[in-house]
Amino acid sequence: MAEYQNLFTTVQPTGPASMGVPLPPEDAERIGPPFFSHLAGRLGNAQIGPIYLGWLGLASLILGTLAFNIIGFNMLAQVDWNPIQLIRQLFWLALDPPAPKYGLSIAPLNDGGWWQITGFMLTLSVLLWWVRMYRRATQLGLGHHVAWAFAAAIWLFLVCGFFRPVLMGSWAESVPFGIFPHLDWTAAISLRYGNLFYNPFHALSIVFLYGSVLLFAMHGATILAVGRYGGEREIEQIIDRGTASERAGLFWRWTMGYNATMESVHRWAWWFAVLCPLVGGIGILLTGTVVDNWYLWSVKHHVVPSYPAMWVPTIDPALLGVKP
Amino acid sequence: MAMLSFERKYRVRGGTLIGGDLFDFWVGPFYVGFFGITTVFFSLVGTAMILWGAAMGPTWNPWQINIAPPDISNGLKMAPMLAGGLWQVITVCALGAFVSWALREVEICRKLGMGLHVPVAFGFAIFAYFTLQIIRPVLMGSWGHAFPYGIYSHLDWVSNTGYQYLHFHYNPAHMIAVTLFFATTLSLSLHGALVLSATNPGNGQVVKTPEHEDTFFRDSIGYSVGTLGIHRLGLFLALAAVWFSALCIVISGPFWTRGWPEWWGWWLNMPIWGR
Repeated sequence: MAEYQNLFTTVQPTGPASMGVPLPPEDAERIGPPFFSHLAGRLGNAQIGPIYLGWLGLASLILGTLAFNIIGFNMLAQVDWNPIQLIRQLFWLALDPPAPKYGLSIAPLNDGGWWQITGFMLTLSVLLWWVRMYRRATQLGLGHHVAWAFAAAIWLFLVCGFFRPVLMGSWAESVPFGIFPHLDWTAAISLRYGNLFYNPFHALSIVFLYGSVLLFAMHGATILAVGRYGGEREIEQIIDRGTASERAGLFWRWTMGYNATMESVHRWAWWFAVLCPLVGGIGILLTGTVVDNWYLWSVKHHVVPSYPAMWVPTIDPALLGVKP
Repeated sequence: MAMLSFERKYRVRGGTLIGGDLFDFWVGPFYVGFFGITTVFFSLVGTAMILWGAAMGPTWNPWQINIAPPDISNGLKMAPMLAGGLWQVITVCALGAFVSWALREVEICRKLGMGLHVPVAFGFAIFAYFTLQIIRPVLMGSWGHAFPYGIYSHLDWVSNTGYQYLHFHYNPAHMIAVTLFFATTLSLSLHGALVLSATNPGNGQVVKTPEHEDTFFRDSIGYSVGTLGIHRLGLFLALAAVWFSALCIVISGPFWTRGWPEWWGWWLNMPIWGR
């Protein structure tokens, strides 16, 4: 059992750093002289850097840093500019969206306005980063699969913070910035709309979340298990199948009667990971806009049993037009 | 013979853990082996018990079929069949089938000259199930604390158990587990996308190399973990997610019985903050 299991790199040969595949002439120079980290080399590549910045990356980083700092300074103001209390209460502090009375209008700075500015900058930062990922792939002659997968995550981000609040007519519906506060938002939206576990799109999203973890455990373990045959050289194995692919495939064929190929396993991976935020976003978008109570929706569609009626039903004040 | 063109030379005898040549054969694409037989046995008995429980229950609606564990008042005793005993039998069958499946994977690994990474990884999942259904109920003194077998009933259990601790998102191990679940899914999307982007670069373009893959991630974020490293990273992230999931539920009840938001009081009340 003491044989090498390929979990860590034990011997790290060092050579000159790779400066990367040449870029087209219209691109800027890569920056940051590469260096080697022994610790990183234990798990994967030891080389860190260089990086391509470009104006897309620069603009995205500036906007993201601004958003991050606005959140931080708002929190600092809430603890009376006491840095010790900022650390102490960091997980509890929030930059909240505007109150419901402001609807979709622009709120005063200290009553949700900072949240709106932060959200705008963060969204712009994320979108610029998306363009950057698309552009980097183009310039290296790669497909755009990373950018489109990233777009699925941005979809969920925009549903929570933009599309759904707009459909509901109030920025108050969106997510606060903060560690515990955003968890409180998650619990609150679930309780308000009759338990999100009864939302079939939420269920599907969790299936793809757990499915992705299962797939990566299966795929990572399979590749490491055929590491002695060069299994991690996936591109080579895809275009010219070797014994690593054959053994990896046969393992699953003999285990469960079906196997992916060295290429198709990455299509399974891509779709599972992408569908997680994709269907999750659909589920959130429908919550409160189309469906008011997922439990009652599920009773209506016969997927859950109804509770026996024991009291006179109470009418939800929100349905009578009462605003919180 | 359901065999792939290259399959015959891999179908070798031996590598079994038990029984020598007994059951050392294939049925269609499936390897059988001693543990294939035990897997089938436990699966059939368990499924039959579920069907019997459904037949005794109020509905055949697949969403609503529910096989509940014994009442909490039953403690750790054996229960009558229709009052949780079925659940007990099914749990034993499930564990028997899971462990058999893992051992069958070990035999297949040995035949193919592969490392044992897959069965070990599967072992983490079995451990999480064992934690939920055996370790935590035993620590809490009753099988009634385990989750029921049913599509929506197990969701109700998760919801109810979560709210017993007021707000489960504040459970620190749950926070780490969720972070790891999201991190694993993010890494999987990036890995899948990167390999597809190198091998499917568009019409008329040549397939790219691992050097392109490394360059793409170095250009984007300044670091590429590499073709070997990404599989180690993915496996570690996935197993850590499972590990912290098991941890977050086993500490809820046996270790902490109040609301999880309250647990954080130690942080707010540390003497270093002064006053």
